[in-house]
Amino acid sequence: MKGKVWRYGDHVNTDVIIPGRYLDDYDLKNMAKHAMEDLDPKFAKDVTYGDIIVAGRNFGCGSSREQAPLALKHAGVGAVVATSFARIFYRNAINIGLPVIEFDATGMFERGDVALINMEKGIVVNETSGRTSKFEPLPPFLLEILKEGGLVPHSAKRFR
Amino acid sequence: MTFAQKVLSKASGKEAHPGDIVSAKIDLAMSHENAALVLRSFKEIGAKEVWDPEKIVLLFDHRIPANTTKAAEGHQSVRKFVTAEGLPNFYDMREGICHQVLPEKGHVLPGMLIVGTDSHTTTYGAFGAFSTGIGATEMAAVWATGELWMKVPQTFRFNLNGKLDDQVAAKDVILHLIGKMGADGCDYRCVEFAGPVVNHMSVSGRMTMCNMSMEMGAKAGVTFPDEKTRDYLKGRTSKELVPVTSDKEAEVEKIFDMDLTGLSPQVAYPHSVDNVKPVEEMAGIPVDQAVIGSCTNGRAEDLLAAERILHGRHIPNSVRLIVVPASREVYLWAADSGILASLVRSGAIVTNPGCGPCLGAHQGLLAPGERCIATTNRNFRGRMGSPESEVYLASPATVAASALKGQIADPREVRV
Repeated sequence: MKGKVWRYGDHVNTDVIIPGRYLDDYDLKNMAKHAMEDLDPKFAKDVTYGDIIVAGRNFGCGSSREQAPLALKHAGVGAVVATSFARIFYRNAINIGLPVIEFDATGMFERGDVALINMEKGIVVNETSGRTSKFEPLPPFLLEILKEGGLVPHSAKRFR
Repeated sequence: MTFAQKVLSKASGKEAHPGDIVSAKIDLAMSHENAALVLRSFKEIGAKEVWDPEKIVLLFDHRIPANTTKAAEGHQSVRKFVTAEGLPNFYDMREGICHQVLPEKGHVLPGMLIVGTDSHTTTYGAFGAFSTGIGATEMAAVWATGELWMKVPQTFRFNLNGKLDDQVAAKDVILHLIGKMGADGCDYRCVEFAGPVVNHMSVSGRMTMCNMSMEMGAKAGVTFPDEKTRDYLKGRTSKELVPVTSDKEAEVEKIFDMDLTGLSPQVAYPHSVDNVKPVEEMAGIPVDQAVIGSCTNGRAEDLLAAERILHGRHIPNSVRLIVVPASREVYLWAADSGILASLVRSGAIVTNPGCGPCLGAHQGLLAPGERCIATTNRNFRGRMGSPESEVYLASPATVAASALKGQIADPREVRV
């Protein structure tokens, strides 16, 4: 996985990822137009398919709204890398098929860098600076859910 | 074993240790409006029917009555599903906020494993349940299978010693703890609240504590059942109460001993819940709006605390005071006891039970540059409307005192 980096700080919360005022619309394409709006109004306009968000501690804190990872995914985000995640966001992201990577050295990225990530091997490369680092890969069963595109296709196997 | 280990061992059928990932059987599954999202994933999974209709509770509270056509369509889709599946525990928009209604209706019992598609599902910990928020898609998997993967958490225990002063409430205690621990200070942990302060606290106050435990990252917050819990649940459930508690010798990751004697009323300043200071440090900041309500502080005790401050007085015209009873039961009590009339005479606008303006959907949004002090649970940028507005969090007494003065004010300085 490879993409352009969007860089944010600590405690990026679900209210700025997708504000409550847009949650009545279950059309995910509409919702994606407002992704990150209250934190970075440029994001939804300029994000391109496969871009990677790199942030600090406690990414996705706040509400249990699954629309938060969904809005990012449908805006085109390929993965979120953070020093740590809030637990519900982390679960939701995996369950809807948005790769999340917990990784200490997020400081090696600046906005606009190109990041290359290998989920299975746990390797992160900053292609712009040439720096490389490692992270603990997700447990196999979570990787499998991600590979299948999320919990829905994963669970659907049981009922086929 | 800890409380968390015991509940998750029972739910998974094997001895659970912190760090283990278990597949746990769910005792109760709650969803509100986002059941519309759950429904979509549930259909995609392809299950023929829900695993156990008795164990699902559904209601609407976030946007009631429907504030947009789209919200109405969401409600409609859930209603149709409820009828088609014959789900017995559906309250539509009649009863109020999920976290208030489920205990009131006797759905929550000690020792249960509860999940809800709402982050403040931790509230049910006040009854000795292990209760946590999950997402819509995993709720769909719960509806289909009755099970969910969970990591067994480590435990933090807070021994809260001392005695709270008059006008200092559960909200001040939990804001103080969040300020000390930080917004991610209890990430993934089960947080146990114990000690004289908790023993002395009402069930309502314990709900406030467990409710906001998630604002410091907790997976679950819990206070262990006692006589007050039994009194609350009496008449609400016919089931036997079997409390589950941590063993005395159970290994917990950390114990925090705190003396809360002399604690001031606390206020969380914008734009994060852990930005907490004693009220006296920032008193005097003008406010445009004050909100008393939400799953955190919309109960009888909270309205009573506000009324005690406002009784016989009138708030200035520069302030909009919005009062949202947490449930129909609370609403009726406030009406019958005269509390509601008194609040309205003081200048309050009373809305129907529900989440109200807390999440920024309706019933009191903020314009750019406006400031609101609220008994709610989050003050993130844009939470209650414009991203250029500000939300301050405090107890019902502090919010009432601030409404009265038109600025952030110390409730201890209002003669009652």
